[in-house]
This record gives sequence, structure tokens and C-alpha cells, in this order.
Amino acid sequence: MSTDQALLEAPVLDAVGDGTRRAILDLLARSPRSVGELAAELPVSRPAVSLHLKVLREAGLVTSSAAGTRNVYRLDQTGLAVLRRYLDRLWDAALDRFAAAAEATALAEAAWNAPHPENQGDTQP
Amino acid sequence: MTTQSIAPVVHERTVRAPVDTCFRVFVDGFGTWWPTEHHIGENREITAFTIEPFVGGRCFDTDSEGTECHWGTVLAYEPPTKLVLAWHIQGDWQVNLDPAKQSEVTITFTDAGNGTTTLRLEHARIERHDLPENVAGPVASDGGWPFIMGRFADRVEGREPREAGVD
Repeated sequence: MSTDQALLEAPVLDAVGDGTRRAILDLLARSPRSVGELAAELPVSRPAVSLHLKVLREAGLVTSSAAGTRNVYRLDQTGLAVLRRYLDRLWDAALDRFAAAAEATALAEAAWNAPHPENQGDTQP
Repeated sequence: MTTQSIAPVVHERTVRAPVDTCFRVFVDGFGTWWPTEHHIGENREITAFTIEPFVGGRCFDTDSEGTECHWGTVLAYEPPTKLVLAWHIQGDWQVNLDPAKQSEVTITFTDAGNGTTTLRLEHARIERHDLPENVAGPVASDGGWPFIMGRFADRVEGREPREAGVD
């Protein structure tokens, strides 16, 4: 996948699969904040925070409203957004567990199918 | 309620296991990896999570009393590359088997070479579900979704699950 494609799909593909975005969601869960306030609490620049907020907004996770001259961001608490956020987290965690189970099964089956050390030359350290 | 669409939930994983192993573990081994804390109904001790391996098969959990909760249905069963499930758990945590109120989970397994597999999961049509009347009200307070989600995140990320009312 090209970088451009990856960027285009980023809003849908794993909006919460990024540590900074998860940190932003955690901060917004405590209270609404502006871009500047978020940037002050995170080790990333304001423009980077703005880009992350754009991804989160397109994924339906945050909303913004104007307060004077600045935009204040908050978690989108409409029912659909909350349900979507829940399902996103659920699958993210469930698939990590699935991958671990599948990989353990594959290892066990490979060991079962190739019990002779001479067949495992390329797995030696 | 207005009909409003919402972006599907999409996740991908590259798994160091062959396609057929992935499919088998996903379906037959469902109970070995599904997060045990994810079930509905209070005070139920879940002893099994099952996906019946055929179109029309149920996804259900079984508790220590023998009670079954049917929360999903197999819509497509195409081993070893594709599985589609209907998801019947509504936004108010109730099961409703009405097809007009189900979302759809499509899982595909693609050979990624060298014995690895790309799994892609798309949970779509989430907007079909029933939602609580006022999620921003009582439901969103300590005992509601944000709490449950936070507690769930604590569990999967290896922290002690937070107590209600503690941020």
C-alpha cells in the first residue's frame, strides 16, 4: 500500500490504533479542550494535534464547537458515536487476542508436523 | 430517529499463521480468544463462547447455569477465507434478532506469503441498531458506556480495572 493510500484510509483504518490519538481521546474524556490545550499536554506539535483531531472527527469520535476565537473539541457522545467507539475498542482488543491464539496454534502445529531437528535447520539460532 | 450512517469499524492484522489455521482458530477456537469480559447480562459466569460453523448458525455464549445468550448469526461461511456475522446486541445492551436492527461483521483472511495471513475485519451498518434514548445523560455517567469502555480498556491493556466513579 502506498503512503498516500495509507493516509487516505487512516480515518477508517484504526483511528484509535495510534498512541497519540488514544491520548487525545483520554484527555477529551476528562474535559473538552482546545487544540492548544491538547498540544500543551502532549509531546507533539499543534499542527500534529490538528491532524490527529481531523482523523478522529472523520471517524466520528470527536466533535468541535466554536468558543470565541477557538475551537473546543469534545468526545462525540451521540449514541452512534459511543456505540461505534465501543465496538472499535472491542474488536481491537479481541483481534490482538485472536492473533496471539492463531500464532500459538500455528507454532504448535509446525512443531507437530516437523518433529525432526534436521527439518528445522532454518529455525536454529 | 433520523437515519444517520456512520463509518464502519475496520481493523487489520497480519498474523504469523496460515490462512486455514486462522479460519479454524477464529471459528472453532472462538472461545479460546474472545475476551471473556465481553458478554451481556449481570452476574453471569460464562463457560463457553461458540460460533456454529454453517450459514444460519448461532454465535452464543453459555453460562455456568446452562443459559445461552444468542447474540450473533452466521450470514456467510466460506472457509478458509470469509466469514460474515450478524450482530444483534443493540446500543441499550439488549439482544434484538430483528434483521432490520442488526449490524454486520465481515472477516476475510488473505494469504500474505511465508505462512502469514492478513485478517481484515469490517463492522458495518452500526446505524441500524437501537440506541438508548439519551446516551449523553445518565447512560454516559459513571455507570454508562464510557465507564464500561474504560474498564474494558483497562483489562485488555493489563491494568487493574478502574472502579466506578474514578477517572
